[in-house]
Amino acid sequence: MELARPYVAAFSARFMLMLQYRAAAVAGFATQCWWGAIKVMIYAAFYRASPGATNAPMTLSQVITYTWLAQGFLALAPWTTDPDIALAVRSGAVSFDRLRPVDTYSLWYARAAAWMTSRAVPRAALMFLLAGIILPVFGLSEWAWKLPPTLAQAALFGMSLVLVVALASAVVMILNIAVVVTLNERGVNYLLSPFTVVLSGNLLPLALFPDWMHRLLFLQPFAGIVDIPFRIYSGNLEGREAFAGVGLQALWTLLLVAGGRAWMHRVMQRLDIQGG
Amino acid sequence: MPQIVVERLAKRYSVAEREPGVMGAAKGLFRRRRRTIEALKDVSFNLEAGELLGFIGPNGAGKSTTIKILSGILRPDEGRVEVAGLVPYADRIRHVARIGVVFGQRTQLWWDLPVIDGFELLRDIYRVDHAAYQRTRDELVAMLRLERLLDQPVRQLSLGQRMRAEIAAALLHEPRILFLDEPTIGLDAPSKLAVREFVHRLNRERGVTVLLTTHDMHDIEALAKRVIVIGHGRVLADGTFDALRARIAAEHSSDDDARDETLAIEEVIARFYHLHGATEA
Repeated sequence: MELARPYVAAFSARFMLMLQYRAAAVAGFATQCWWGAIKVMIYAAFYRASPGATNAPMTLSQVITYTWLAQGFLALAPWTTDPDIALAVRSGAVSFDRLRPVDTYSLWYARAAAWMTSRAVPRAALMFLLAGIILPVFGLSEWAWKLPPTLAQAALFGMSLVLVVALASAVVMILNIAVVVTLNERGVNYLLSPFTVVLSGNLLPLALFPDWMHRLLFLQPFAGIVDIPFRIYSGNLEGREAFAGVGLQALWTLLLVAGGRAWMHRVMQRLDIQGG
Repeated sequence: MPQIVVERLAKRYSVAEREPGVMGAAKGLFRRRRRTIEALKDVSFNLEAGELLGFIGPNGAGKSTTIKILSGILRPDEGRVEVAGLVPYADRIRHVARIGVVFGQRTQLWWDLPVIDGFELLRDIYRVDHAAYQRTRDELVAMLRLERLLDQPVRQLSLGQRMRAEIAAALLHEPRILFLDEPTIGLDAPSKLAVREFVHRLNRERGVTVLLTTHDMHDIEALAKRVIVIGHGRVLADGTFDALRARIAAEHSSDDDARDETLAIEEVIARFYHLHGATEA
């Protein structure tokens, strides 16, 4: 416990601080509702208009639940660097992180995890309130965020969601280190966000891509951020496939953490702190 | 054996350069020119436990670079450094747990957090025992008169208040060695006096080793028995301030007023920099 104390403290300090940004949470929630509603209506139109939709790899109900989940947990998608790290790199405050008797990678990782979860938790809760409770109450269950089909799927989803945070933080860490190298976050942020949106399954569930792409899309790391957890939740990914999905999330997390640590070690060896 | 040993330290920075104007920028797209700046060429000194050393020199002389190397956040290109038996950059985590550092131009407290929250975060980051933390914190709060500042967010503090909070933050884990990089920069007279008095007490009563850089000669006069003058990445002088004054008088013997014992300290230093061509390029 004593070993983890600095990192737990850094996580909770960041988490509590971020929770204070209520206006940002409400604004983010509103935007995500808007996009969620548009997406849900587009899927409904496609499913109803297309005669082949009965053979689609996901049912409309699964796609709708998946969409609300993806919108609610949008803050867990690693689009950009941690803004605090970017600021610290520009101001030189990074030197203070190097002055602490802790592992810098773990410290930043804990902060990135706090930054993402603190934004995701309130937004996801509001989203569930709206799409999971209010919609059915008003007789719109067809459009609602439904509960997982079985308890087993729910438990597996819980595990998978924890791994989403672990994996997404590892991706953010790669971006953070890229910012330390380039000294500016803008290029790094532009570079990754389209990949994150498409490859995670945020734009379109990966199961709805052409069949020949499925295996490839399932194996790449971003699948573990949206597609794997939310298909497990909706019951679309079951049994051995679901376990394989969770295994992939864990494997990619380990690989990205190992890669990130090795890269950070090299970067920190030749870090220059400029200015007087 | 001295607590801090610095031998023949050298550090080079590589700086990207480009010619001015649009053409220069266009050229820079294809060929980057890099120039090497020698921040430190040859710096050696020793420091005994409990000493208070003033480190002075013009801007760009290499003071901050030396402090950064001693703190473990920068690697030298050549030379040997040992602080309390550890090589700072090689054994960073163990080393930084035993030192305190204040950079006058940066803040180590969290901008949006109240001061006390920042202190508690540091307590956990340094894994300080809760009872020990409370004792140290109360002492520092009393000595630096922080009572009223504790629940204010750092961004609302004045520079003088912030600097006192910064110094307390650097000492919560009770380091035996303190590095202060321009701790009085931009402060008003009462704040400067408060910082000086505190550093003096810390050194005298607690025996904390202090290495201080400053451009304020009154800091040096009030605090440091020993002064190192650094310029162009080399040690130009190392001794008491009076010895430095005598040396100026000797080197400048043709000049009558240099012998004047009443020569202001600022004047002595300015002459010294000038004599050694140590003003910034």
